[in-house]
Amino acid sequence: MRTHRIAVAATLVVAFTAACSRGSSTGNSSESNVQPAPKTQTLNYWASNQGTSLDNDKQILEPELKKFEQQTGISVHLEVVPWSDLLTRILAATASGQGPDVLNIGNTWSASLQSTGALLPFDDATFEKIGGKDRFMAGPMAATGADGKPPTAVPLYSMGYGLYYNKKLFQQAGIANPPTTWDELVADGKKLTGGGKYGLAIEGGNLSENVHHAFALAKQHGADFFDASGKPTFDSPGAVAAIKQYVDFIAQDKIAAPGNAEYAANQSVTDFANGKVAMLMWQVAGAKFKSHGMNPDDIGVAPIPVQAGATGSKATASMVAGINLTVFKNTKNLDGALQFVKFMTSKEESIALNKTYGSISPLKEAQDDPAFNTPELKTISNVLAAHAAPLPQVPNESQFETLVGTAMKNLLAAAAAGKPTTTESVKAELVKAQQQMPAS
Amino acid sequence: MPKPVSPMAPSATFVWVRRIFLVALTIFTLAPVLVMASSSLKPLQDVQGPFRWIPSSLTVRPYIDIWSTVPLWDYFVNSLIVSLSATVLSVVIAIFAAYGVSRYRFVGRKIFTVSVLSTQMLPGILFLLPLFLLFVSIGNSTGVALHGSRLGLILTYLTFSLPFSIWMLVGYFESIPRELDEAAAVDGCGPLRTLLQIVVPAAVPGIIAVSVYAFMTAWGEVLFASVITNDRSRTLAIGLQGYATQYDVYWNQVMAASLVVSVPVVAGFLLLQRYLVAGLTAGAIK
Amino acid sequence: MKSRHRLLPYLLLLPALVMELLIHIVPMAVGIFMSFKQLTQFFIRDWSAAPWIALNNYRIAVDFSAPIGKSLLNSFWVTCSFTLLAVAFSWLLGVAAAIFMQEPFWGRGVLRAVFLVPYALPVYAAVITWSFMFQRDTGLVNHVLHDQLHLVSEKPFWLIGDNAFVSLIIVHVWKTWPFAFLTVMAGLQNVPRELYEAAAMDGASVWQQIREITMPALRPVNQVLVLVLFLWTFNDFNTPYILFGKGAPEAADLISIHIYQSSFVTWNFGSGSAMSVLLLLFLLLVTGVYLVATARWRDADA
Repeated sequence: MRTHRIAVAATLVVAFTAACSRGSSTGNSSESNVQPAPKTQTLNYWASNQGTSLDNDKQILEPELKKFEQQTGISVHLEVVPWSDLLTRILAATASGQGPDVLNIGNTWSASLQSTGALLPFDDATFEKIGGKDRFMAGPMAATGADGKPPTAVPLYSMGYGLYYNKKLFQQAGIANPPTTWDELVADGKKLTGGGKYGLAIEGGNLSENVHHAFALAKQHGADFFDASGKPTFDSPGAVAAIKQYVDFIAQDKIAAPGNAEYAANQSVTDFANGKVAMLMWQVAGAKFKSHGMNPDDIGVAPIPVQAGATGSKATASMVAGINLTVFKNTKNLDGALQFVKFMTSKEESIALNKTYGSISPLKEAQDDPAFNTPELKTISNVLAAHAAPLPQVPNESQFETLVGTAMKNLLAAAAAGKPTTTESVKAELVKAQQQMPAS
Repeated sequence: MPKPVSPMAPSATFVWVRRIFLVALTIFTLAPVLVMASSSLKPLQDVQGPFRWIPSSLTVRPYIDIWSTVPLWDYFVNSLIVSLSATVLSVVIAIFAAYGVSRYRFVGRKIFTVSVLSTQMLPGILFLLPLFLLFVSIGNSTGVALHGSRLGLILTYLTFSLPFSIWMLVGYFESIPRELDEAAAVDGCGPLRTLLQIVVPAAVPGIIAVSVYAFMTAWGEVLFASVITNDRSRTLAIGLQGYATQYDVYWNQVMAASLVVSVPVVAGFLLLQRYLVAGLTAGAIK
Repeated sequence: MKSRHRLLPYLLLLPALVMELLIHIVPMAVGIFMSFKQLTQFFIRDWSAAPWIALNNYRIAVDFSAPIGKSLLNSFWVTCSFTLLAVAFSWLLGVAAAIFMQEPFWGRGVLRAVFLVPYALPVYAAVITWSFMFQRDTGLVNHVLHDQLHLVSEKPFWLIGDNAFVSLIIVHVWKTWPFAFLTVMAGLQNVPRELYEAAAMDGASVWQQIREITMPALRPVNQVLVLVLFLWTFNDFNTPYILFGKGAPEAADLISIHIYQSSFVTWNFGSGSAMSVLLLLFLLLVTGVYLVATARWRDADA
């Protein structure tokens, strides 16, 4: 009953301020405080930042939205939300019920957001309205929600990790082919390290990057960060070995520069593009290197290495990366929202947009398009088709990313400062991270 | 004007200590500003490389690009509108409240001052989400959209500076002699006219001091802005983060934009400086 | 006429009261209410339906033998030492600069303007520039320390590891000391010059004058100033958030960031609110003790 009393108090305050805020605000922000009444034929769309700037995204998307309006008579108001704000804005929208109609989410958040119940479940009937579930590749579809529940999103842009290598530096070091196993990678990395240059660049201060690599490596060691019942298993021997292997690039192998431990602003991409390092594991990055002025002929792409002779899930070379499109359950225009989803995932739009952003279309029917048959994208889409797995589709995924990502950041920081990295020290950090996971 | 005779005849040690101290402090204070200035004139490639004081090649390109990478002008206008409105409203409200507290003895006076002061301690995290929910429910029941709008931010920020403003103004008003009020009353002025015609003019320096404080509080706030604003009301404080994109962090543009938007504020601030100094004195010392 | 006057003070306070109620008091009450609930992502959509778990959030937060409580406690100590050092340095720099600049000398006006610049730059711009300067391989700080002055043989990290604590203090002091400078400078203008003249006649040195005249005269200003600095520093969110991003190093894990992580990143608002309430209680206690202590000290002194 306390809820009621607070509600009453809140209403009283509301009555007060409604009166005085109207009076006091005249003249300074009259334009912003009266938002247009929600017309049923206007959709609000939150897009994440994919291009070189927020403005660049607007320029790319707006013509497409115009096309949609011409086809359906539904106008779309676009807001490009920076990544720094996106999750918080979604949270506020979820808590208040006041959100956009259609929005972008990072596909690793799928299960977390699904568990809030704020997103529209795509059951069979819903999928029917947007042209069917089977149009999408299986890999990206696996990252749209927890197993056994209707997904709450559909894939929009697909990405995956590849091992980018500098062909010129490889040639100079006398290495003919990119490494296919970790032993080869470390051996090559040692040959490439020296004279101020390093074999490999990592983005050690970036929690998500850390976790993405830890995930794929753990799979290769036969480990998962959650068991089948959704309980965290961060400190399993496989996970510890995986993370130690990653930290050892700085600690033991010394093929990555110690300074990489604090990289969090894409410095590793810059270092690679500038020829300071010979290898980088990144999600579709060709366009980024070129924007830094790197000669496209120098850029080589190979699948991320695996342990020698690995097959099955031990040959996982990448997490399924990408952006999903989802509908806010509270939308007042469900039909329009679904029409918009259908439009954005149509073959024509999917090819055009993914091509512009340098990502891969998640549609089966688009795979043969020449846009995705460049050596770079072909390599990555092959990995996505056969050797990729989605990050754990559990409600606590974001806690997992923060805790394990931070643990790795701490380990890398210690390694960079010259402190020894042992199985015990890695395990201790992971135990600590796991104990901070909420019980659920 | 007679030649000022220094009452403190500084010893040589004192002068040297002062010199060294002030030089060191100037370097400390200006280092980031110099870095901003020099980095804002470098091409991106240079900024990403090892630091150098003198750019190897100069470019004004960042100063052109800042306007198109993010809608900097819109953010600037939003910030200005929000900060100025919050400042004016906060100071007006604080003047009334401080006048009430300093000139009248009434039931609840003590409780009011103590509880207002204590809101200065609230951790923002505690009421950020509830505040957003409240704004949304106000929007739903009255149609006044507070979330996502500049108005919502204005109301929020004005309360951020309110406690300190009231506190300082009370002290300041109390230092204005009561005889002035009484004389005005004899002339037939009501309390409000006394406030507007006697007290406020006498307190101009204090009011300016409080205004600067209120403006700065609103100008730099990040946490609430990231939840309450949308693309139409986004302020500089979070808008500047737009130079860090998925592609790259445009360091040179961040620095250029920071300098550009700071210039008017620093200039205005320096103009008001002399009032501020006189104002704080009377406010803080009762 | 008489009754109008009795109502008048309340009318004068009304706008302030309404605003405080709307923005601070009511949301705070709701926040306190949330702290008794299991308000995780599963319930965020309809938070009134979240299970009432009474003091459970608090129990977890203060269970210092378990990792969540332990890391909260660590964060609390980090914040305390950060606050202590940052306030002390800000205050010290501010007071020293104000005293050194009390007497006119060539260039005083320019310096006064220069010293106010940090206070006037937008926080984001200033802190992001510092983070740029603190980068290990390409930052100004290591360039000067290592390349130019050769003070260190190995480039240290400033944004990760234990040095992060030092960086945090440097940035915060840089940002706050001008406010202390301004306040103290203003306070000094009220010290009667005759006191100095009389002391100088008695042969007191400059240092003695500072100790005997300046510092006692500054006492009332300092009481307000130190309290305000303390509250700002303890609750500072912007500096660590912009400087370190999401995962603050353990050595610089300030409580405001810690609570932000517990509520906004992991979406557990019940637990985040409980930690905030504990923080609020702590600040109320410290402020209360501080005000009583300094008031008594002032009374005894007078």
